[in-house]
Amino acid sequence: MPELTYVEALNQALHEEMARDEKVFLMGEDVAFDYFGVCSGLADRFGRDRVRDTPICELGFTGAGVGAAMAGYRPIVDLRFMDFTTYALDPIVNQAAKLRYMLGGQLSVPMVARIPSGAGLQYGATHGQSLEAWFMQVPGLKVLYPSCAPDAKGLLKAAVRDDNPVMFIEHRLLYAQKTKQDVPEGDHTTPIGVADVKRAGADATIVGIGYQMGHCLEAAEALAGEGIECEVIDPRSLSPLDVETITASVRKTSRCVIVEEGHLRSGVGAEISAAIQEAVFEYLDAPIGRVAALMAPIPVQTKLEKFVLPSTEKVIAAVRKTLGVAA
Amino acid sequence: MAKSTSGLSRKRMHEMYRTMLRIRRFEETADDMYMAGKVVGGVHVSIGQEACSAGVCAALREDDAVLTTHRGHGHSIAKGTRLPEMLAELMGKVTGLCRSKGGSMHIADVSKGHYGAHSIVGANMPMAAGIGLAYQLEGKDRVAVVFFGDGASNNGAFHEAMNLCAIWKLPVVFFCENNQYAVSVPAEYSTSVDDISVRSKGYDAPGLTVDGMDVAAVYEASREAVAHARRGLGPSLVEAKTYRFFGHSRGDPHYGMYRTKEEWEGWKAKDPLIVCEKMLKMTAKDKKAHADAVEAEIREAIEFAESSPEPEESVALEDIFA
Repeated sequence: MPELTYVEALNQALHEEMARDEKVFLMGEDVAFDYFGVCSGLADRFGRDRVRDTPICELGFTGAGVGAAMAGYRPIVDLRFMDFTTYALDPIVNQAAKLRYMLGGQLSVPMVARIPSGAGLQYGATHGQSLEAWFMQVPGLKVLYPSCAPDAKGLLKAAVRDDNPVMFIEHRLLYAQKTKQDVPEGDHTTPIGVADVKRAGADATIVGIGYQMGHCLEAAEALAGEGIECEVIDPRSLSPLDVETITASVRKTSRCVIVEEGHLRSGVGAEISAAIQEAVFEYLDAPIGRVAALMAPIPVQTKLEKFVLPSTEKVIAAVRKTLGVAA
Repeated sequence: MAKSTSGLSRKRMHEMYRTMLRIRRFEETADDMYMAGKVVGGVHVSIGQEACSAGVCAALREDDAVLTTHRGHGHSIAKGTRLPEMLAELMGKVTGLCRSKGGSMHIADVSKGHYGAHSIVGANMPMAAGIGLAYQLEGKDRVAVVFFGDGASNNGAFHEAMNLCAIWKLPVVFFCENNQYAVSVPAEYSTSVDDISVRSKGYDAPGLTVDGMDVAAVYEASREAVAHARRGLGPSLVEAKTYRFFGHSRGDPHYGMYRTKEEWEGWKAKDPLIVCEKMLKMTAKDKKAHADAVEAEIREAIEFAESSPEPEESVALEDIFA
């Protein structure tokens, strides 16, 4: 199995899907020359008709993506920064998500919105947000957020083949990672709506979202040194959410911490926490812990940014708290 | 302002008259049903603006696309949307075009190239660009027409979509029904130009203002814009000066609040049906033949809609995902 970085895995998925289906095309700002590397080689291979730079008009090109999908194409729109989706909320939330429903099933909108997200690069409050919880609120949208190279490739391929609008969330710090992982070759897709147990353990469950999976696995490793075995679960798909896999783990561990980069209030963790207590309240031995961005905009200054964001240390502290163990 | 020429056949003119009358009678019926408490949700009728719908759609092929607005019954009918299923949709019946989940503001009949009424003002224009892009990528000579109002021409979506269509030479016709008011706000106040069509200059695209009460003028301007798009030359912006004889929606009087009686009467004198009757020198017999045919269609629609069932509750959870 070849070893790929996160960026290489995404890139390979795009190459394979565009080669497989000529209805797939990509558009967005700077996609032909993509300095993130995800779109490398696509413009040369598939031409500028199918790898289409757009003007700076997120509403315009996302809306055009919806229209092309209505007319039978499979557009992938690249939003560049999750913060820019605010300009594209009408085509995403009002149109893509609802057209099939409002039109009584007359058509579907098979569009993928690729959404690089996240902080940690000192880009500040309008270039570092994690708004995935917003999209989970919208019926008609699927929301995916892979944390590693194999899931990135498998889920992106699944997203392109899905007949519904998919918010496909990536993270810029995952782009920067040089570590390579085994990634299945060829026609391998990762099923949408199925969580993955990234590490097994019996003492506490950690649910980690997207880029925060790295902090969760580091925390689990450190805690294992103290004899605390954590089970680390990656939902991968936030909508639909695989509640079953999470609650099966909580039945075993009776303790849970949820870790996300979005803001705490009404976040992904709030939804997962509610789902857990509804399903397995009697199994819980402690309140569910949540680690998320503090309720402040993301600051630029390195020290302040670190203070606001989740970290391995914060995850360790939250697990200790749920176990009632002092540091 | 471009006026009609006499190059149109009487047959084509009669067809467009029939379409306008069908729209007028459907809208009157929708309004009656609304007043009788039989319509679910809001209704925005297009009485007064029928020449726009009929003139544009007469210039289209069946495989061309239209996208319309919250005031979209007329465009829908002119593109061939079935009246019984459309009235059933307004009345919340499961036999409606959208299974009762879209209502008046989301009428669509994709099988007829009608890609939907879109109730978010301006939202349909980027979508039309995308449909145009699909047609261009397919290499077929189909055209998408997007209807919008004077109000939407002040929305960023209009400008973003015009620019996309212009730089990519997409086969899209932007058809602005300037009915002078965005709900209560006059275009005179809200819009930087007298003729909205001049905004096409900012996108290096053709722009033309026509008399929207003259179906022949609308048809001829549309035919030119559609031909331009079909030849791969990109978008055009056609503005039709028109007027809604009713308020924005029910509960908004025809005049007296933000429109004067004199203004309203001035436009009523230009009723597009009467203008067309005069151009065709229609006899009482001609008019009766049209009226009888349309009445039969309206009766059929009412019978179908009235006798159709409401949906089961389970329908609320269907059609969310493909």
